[in-house]
Amino acid sequence: MYRQARFYVRSALIYLLAAFTVAAVLLLNQAFGWDGRLGVLQYVFYHLLMVGWATQLIGGVALWMFPPFTRERPRGNETLGWAAYVALNVGLLLRVVGEPIHALQPGALASGLLAISAVLQVAAAWLLVGQLWPRVRQRITPPSEGRRG
Amino acid sequence: MPRPSQFMIRASLIWLVVGYTVGGLLLLHKAWPLFYPLWALRSAHIFMLLVGWLVQLSAGVAVWIMPRLVQPGVITGSGDRGDLRLVWLCCGGLNVGVGLVTAHSLLVWLSGGHASAFGWMPALAGAVWLMAIIAFIGNVWQRVRPVIDPLKMISHD
Repeated sequence: MYRQARFYVRSALIYLLAAFTVAAVLLLNQAFGWDGRLGVLQYVFYHLLMVGWATQLIGGVALWMFPPFTRERPRGNETLGWAAYVALNVGLLLRVVGEPIHALQPGALASGLLAISAVLQVAAAWLLVGQLWPRVRQRITPPSEGRRG
Repeated sequence: MPRPSQFMIRASLIWLVVGYTVGGLLLLHKAWPLFYPLWALRSAHIFMLLVGWLVQLSAGVAVWIMPRLVQPGVITGSGDRGDLRLVWLCCGGLNVGVGLVTAHSLLVWLSGGHASAFGWMPALAGAVWLMAIIAFIGNVWQRVRPVIDPLKMISHD
């Protein structure tokens, strides 16, 4: 597994831990009624799990194991993958901070954080697809072997 | 990578960008209210990413990488992937279903929230998804097995 894929997968594991930490807090709060305001973390939990964990893990594994782009450049344009990684993680972290602030104290700061987060996460999806799309293909085989898929 | 897997993975990547773009619009709307009926697209956003992206990508990759069905004396790696018509059925079903729930959300949005006339669309999507999943399991079930060396017929776990 090469360096970029390792970054994706390790980050995904950290988000998995974070998501279930938030889930535990939400469930404990539900059981013991610590503070009603903690309920604002529900959206944070969903997105830590689905964006931080699921999407990022799938992205990392796909970058690692999808068929090579060419023999010379097996991973295609790695810059797109790094740009997607930064955009996804910064976007998600801004949301993790901005969502509770927006729910509890709406204002220009929270709205700004959410707007930047939205733009970065959408950009991350497009960039990741930009790197993966050319690698969704049959594997490269020597001409004599034919294309078995 | 077989053609139906390529098709499913590419379709899942399309649903990824469409689903994230809709999600981005919803988040922008939360920050600065753009257009209230936009919120009707929330369920479409969820199904695009859950079924169109996650389920479809998983199924497409599974069809590609699960052990192939091998016959005695056939060289390893050249076995077949079972009945690929089932995979095409799965692919069609998943995408038609996501298309139906997306169209439903759009129609509810355009009609100003009157969902009752279009209630059949999510129901049909549910039925089509069920058919798709049965077709997918029909293909991969027999391929969930140890890898077999066809020349020796010895399994390698």
